[in-house]
Amino acid sequence: MAGFSYFPHTDDDIRVMLERAGVRNLDGLYSDVPADFIYQGEYDLPDAMSEQQVRDFFEKLGEKNTKLKVFVGQGAYDHYVPAVIPYITSRSEFLTAYTPYQCEISQGTLRYIFEWQSMICRLTGLDVSNASMYDGPSAAAEALRMAVACTRKRNKVIVSTKLMQNVLDVVKTYLKYPDIEVVFAWDVLDELGPDVAGVLVPSICRHGVIQDLTGYAEKVHEAGALLIEYCDPSALAVLKTPDEWGADIAVGDAQPLGMPICYGGPYAGFIACKQDYMRKIPGRIVGQSVDASGKRCFVLTLQAREQHIRREKATSNICSNESLMALWATVYLSLMGPEGLRKVNELSCAGAHYLYDELLKTGRFEEAFPGRPFLKEFCLKSKVDIPTLQQKLLDAGFFGALEIDGYVTFCVTEKRTKEEIDALVNVVRGIAL
Amino acid sequence: MSKINDELLYSESHEWVKVDGNIAIIGVSDFAQEEMGDITYVDVPAEGDSVTKGEDFGALESVKASSELYSPVSGEVVAVNEELEDKPELINEDPYGAWIIKVEMSDNGELEDLLTAAAYAEIAK
Amino acid sequence: MKYYDKLIFELSHPGRIGYSLPAAALQQYPFFAEKCSSGAAADDAAKTDKATASLSFGEQRFARVAALCNIPKAILRESKLDLPEVSEVDVVRHYTNLSQMNFGVDTGFYPLGSCTMKYNPKINEEIANHPLFTGLHPLQPAETVKGAQEVIDGLDKALAAITGMKHFTFLPCAGAHGELTGLMLMREYHMARGDAARTKVIVPDSAHGTNPASAAVCGLEIVEVKSGADGLVDVESLKPLLGPDIAGIMMTNPNTLGLFERQIGEIAKLVHDCGGLLYYDGANMNPLLGKVRPGDMGFDIMHLNLHKTFSTPHGGGGPGSGPVGVGERVLPYLHTPQTSGFHGNFGVMLRAYAYILMLGKQNVKLAGPLAVLGANYIKESLKDCYKLPIPSVCKHEFVFDGLINDGAREGKAGATTLDVAKRLLDYGFHAPTIYFPLLFHQAIMIEPTETESLETLDEFIAVMRKIAAEAAEDPDILHGAPHNTPIGRPDETTAARNPILKA
Repeated sequence: MAGFSYFPHTDDDIRVMLERAGVRNLDGLYSDVPADFIYQGEYDLPDAMSEQQVRDFFEKLGEKNTKLKVFVGQGAYDHYVPAVIPYITSRSEFLTAYTPYQCEISQGTLRYIFEWQSMICRLTGLDVSNASMYDGPSAAAEALRMAVACTRKRNKVIVSTKLMQNVLDVVKTYLKYPDIEVVFAWDVLDELGPDVAGVLVPSICRHGVIQDLTGYAEKVHEAGALLIEYCDPSALAVLKTPDEWGADIAVGDAQPLGMPICYGGPYAGFIACKQDYMRKIPGRIVGQSVDASGKRCFVLTLQAREQHIRREKATSNICSNESLMALWATVYLSLMGPEGLRKVNELSCAGAHYLYDELLKTGRFEEAFPGRPFLKEFCLKSKVDIPTLQQKLLDAGFFGALEIDGYVTFCVTEKRTKEEIDALVNVVRGIAL
Repeated sequence: MSKINDELLYSESHEWVKVDGNIAIIGVSDFAQEEMGDITYVDVPAEGDSVTKGEDFGALESVKASSELYSPVSGEVVAVNEELEDKPELINEDPYGAWIIKVEMSDNGELEDLLTAAAYAEIAK
Repeated sequence: MKYYDKLIFELSHPGRIGYSLPAAALQQYPFFAEKCSSGAAADDAAKTDKATASLSFGEQRFARVAALCNIPKAILRESKLDLPEVSEVDVVRHYTNLSQMNFGVDTGFYPLGSCTMKYNPKINEEIANHPLFTGLHPLQPAETVKGAQEVIDGLDKALAAITGMKHFTFLPCAGAHGELTGLMLMREYHMARGDAARTKVIVPDSAHGTNPASAAVCGLEIVEVKSGADGLVDVESLKPLLGPDIAGIMMTNPNTLGLFERQIGEIAKLVHDCGGLLYYDGANMNPLLGKVRPGDMGFDIMHLNLHKTFSTPHGGGGPGSGPVGVGERVLPYLHTPQTSGFHGNFGVMLRAYAYILMLGKQNVKLAGPLAVLGANYIKESLKDCYKLPIPSVCKHEFVFDGLINDGAREGKAGATTLDVAKRLLDYGFHAPTIYFPLLFHQAIMIEPTETESLETLDEFIAVMRKIAAEAAEDPDILHGAPHNTPIGRPDETTAARNPILKA
C-alpha cells in the first residue's frame, strides 16, 4: 500500500490501527455515512504525478505566461524584493506554523507581528495596528464597518470615487447587505451630514495624483464622523501621514513593501487607528506581557472582540489573515530602514517623472492633470489609438498604458532602469500619430 | 459561595439594581464576577443613551470570554462609572461597590419583575 | 528552543543599512536633473535645502527630488520615520533567532483540531516561488497570462470533481472570507428571485465561531439550532425554525465534534423544501477527501480551506485561500461578489494545485480514510484516561472532555484541559485545540491528519497517558507547565487590561 510519499502508512500499520479502532477495513470507518453519500465513481482528476512530472507540468504552464517589464501599478507595484525576504519567510518554523494560539512555542510569530504592528504605526503615525487583513480593498471595507461601530447611531458612509476601482468594488460588495448606506462621491465633503459615520478617501487617487487633504479632518470631525485614509505604505515614507492629515483610521495594501506582484496575491492589508478606537479594530492583535518568571513575552490579546469568543457580536468575522506576508513586509522594512524606503521613493518618483516628460516629448500624449503632483504613477491623454499603443508595448515586452477612465496609466518603480524607460519611449515614438 | 447584598434587587442575568428615587444604579453580582474571572474591560454605553429592560447595554470582557450586560430596567443612562475604564478589576474586587451605570427609569413598575436577594440566592449557586 | 529577547528596533544603529539599491536618482537621470537645474524648480530645491538643514542626507535628497518634480512641501511627510537601521546580517540573525522560538508542522506533530495541520510538501513551495508566476501583474492582458489562467481553471475543475460542486471562485483569502462570500451568494440567489424576506440563517450551536460572525457581517440574523445528546443537529429542533424568512443553514459535516451528520439527507430536503439553501463550511472537509462529496449531500454553496485540506502552509495565520464552490442553483451568481482586490491568493492556489496533481485520482481516495483512521486510533487508545462524551466512530477529529482523573483532592485543584495542553508542549508536541467546541467545558479537540506515521501517533498516545498519570499523581506538575519552552505561561490579564501593542 505504501506508494505515496505523503502517506507514511504501511499495510501492517493500517492493520494495527484498524484493529485498535475496532473496524474491519477503511470503509468501516465510514459506517456512519449513509451509503448514498459514499462516492463510488472514479474522481475526475489526472493520474497521480511524480514530483518531477509536477515540476515539468508547472514549468510548461509558466512558459505560457509572458514575462513583461511592468510599467503599471493600480494597486500592485513591482518594487524590488531583497533576497533576504524569501529566505527568511521560507523558514519552516514560520511557514508551517498555525496561528500563535500556544504562545509558549510561538514567540517567533508573535514577536514579528508585534514588530509589524509597530512599523505600521510608525509609517502611518497612528496608535494601534492589528496583525494584518486580507488585502487593501477588504481592509478598506472593514474600516468603514469599523467607523459605523465606533460612532453611535450612524449608519451611512461616504466613499471617494477617486479610489482605485478594485477598492470601490470590494467596498460595494462588503456593504451591500449589512444595514449600512454607502454614498460614492467625487467630492466627499459635499455629502457630510448628521448620519455619516465615516469618510474614506485615498492618499493618492486612481489617476496617481497625490491628494491635498487640508481641511478634510476638520470638516469630517465637525460632522461627527471618522476620516479613513487609504494609503500606499511605501509612499508614507515621504508623503504626509494619515496622522498628519488628522485621519482616524488608515488602511491600505502592504504589497508595495517588497511583496512580489504574483498575479494579485498573496498580499496583506493593514489597518491602523487612533487609541480611542482600539476596541473596535477588527482581527488579531499581539500585545506585550511578561511570563510567570518576569521574562518579556508576547501574546494574542484583546481577544474578546473576536469571532471565536463573541461569535455574531464580533467586530469582524476575520480569523486567518496574512501573517506570513506581514513578516514579509516586516523584514522588508527592517532591511530598508528610513533611508532605504526614502530612496525607493526617490528613484521611483524620479523615474516616473522622467518617463512622464519623455512621453510628452514624443507628441503622442497630452497632460491629463497638468500641474497636479504625482509620485510613481500617473495618467496621460493618449493621442494615438490606445489598443495599438498597448499592443506595440506588449510586442516589445512592456506592460504599460493600461486604460483607466479614458486615460492611459503608467507606473515606474526603482526596479525600472533608465535604459528600460528609454526603450519604452522609443517604442512609443515608433507609433504613427 | 458568592456574596449577596441583601439591600439590592437582582436580575436573572446577574445584574444588581440599587434604587435611589427614580434612579437605578446598576452593577453585576459577586456570582457574575466570579464566573467571569479577571475582568479586563467593561464596554459601557454613553450618557444620554437609552436602555431597554432585557436588552444588552454593554459587555464584560475577560481574557478568553465576553459576557453581555442586560439592563434590568428601561430608561436613559444618566451616569457611567468612568473609573472602570482604567480599572475594570474594581468589579472583581468589590462587585457591589463598583456600579457600572445609573439609569433614570421610565417605568418604575419594572422593578417589580426583579428578584429579591433571597430569590436571587436560589439562582446564584 | 532557546529564549531570545530582542526586537528589531533594539538592534538599530544610526547610519547602518541593510538595503542595496541603484545609485541616487540625480546620478541616474542627469537629463532630468539638467532640465530642472536652470528653471524655477531648482531655485525651489535650493530653498528647500536651506530650510531643511536639520534633515538627514536622505531626507534632503528626497526633498530635492520632490522639488524638482513639483511635489509641494505641504503634502510631504514632516515627522521622522523611525524604522530600524540595521545591516543585512542583523536582519538575518534576528529573524532566524525568532524562528527558533516557533513550532511548525516541520518541527513536530501538530494535532490542532479543526485546523488540519498536515505536512506541507516542499515541491509546492518551489512552484509557488517560480518567477514565471510571481512576476505576473494582476492586470496583465489575458493573452500574457495563459499559464496562470490554466492554473486557475485546472484547480477549479479538480476541486469541482472532489466536492461535487459546479465551479469555484478563488477571490476569498481565508476560510472566514469564503464564508462571507458564500453567504453573499446565498443572498444574491434569494434577491434575484425576489425573495427579499429571507434574512435569517440557521447555525448549529457546535459551529465554528466564524459561521455566526460571517453571517452577521453579511447582515443576516442568526438562528441557533441545538445539538442533540448524540452531538448531531437535532432534526426535530430544526423543523420549527424553517420558514419563509430562512435564507439557509450553515453546516460543517463532519461537525466540530468530528461526527458525521448522518441525517444530512433529510436536513437538505427540509431546508430546500422551505426555500432555503445549504452552506457547507469546508473547514472539516479533510475526512471526506476522496470519499464523500458535499455536492452529493445536497449542499448548494461551500468553501474549502486550501491551507487545511489541500496542504498549503498556514504561515502562522495566513496567507490562506478559501475558494467558494457552488452547485447548479447558485451558479449564475458565482462571480457577483468582489470580496478581494484581484484574483485571490494566487500563490496559495499554485501550491494546492500541485498537491492535487501529486495525489491524483489514485491517492486522493486514501487521504480522507487515512486521516479518519489516525483519529480513531488515538481516540480508542486514550479513552480510558480522557473523558469521551460521545463514543461513536469519529471522522478526522474527536473531542475529549478533560481528564477522567484530574487529581483533584483536598486543598488541591485538579488538572484542567489547559494544563494538559501546556504539559504537551514540554514533551515536544503542539497542543490540540482546547475549549472548543463550547458544548463541553474541558474540550480537547484532536486531529492527527493522514500524514503522521503510526510511530508518531504512538509517541503522542504515550505522552498523553503519561500526562494523565502525572495529573493523577500530582496535578501541580501540570499546573506549572510548560517548563521546557522559551517562556512560561504569560500574564494575559495584564496584557488585556493595559495593552502594549507597539514598540
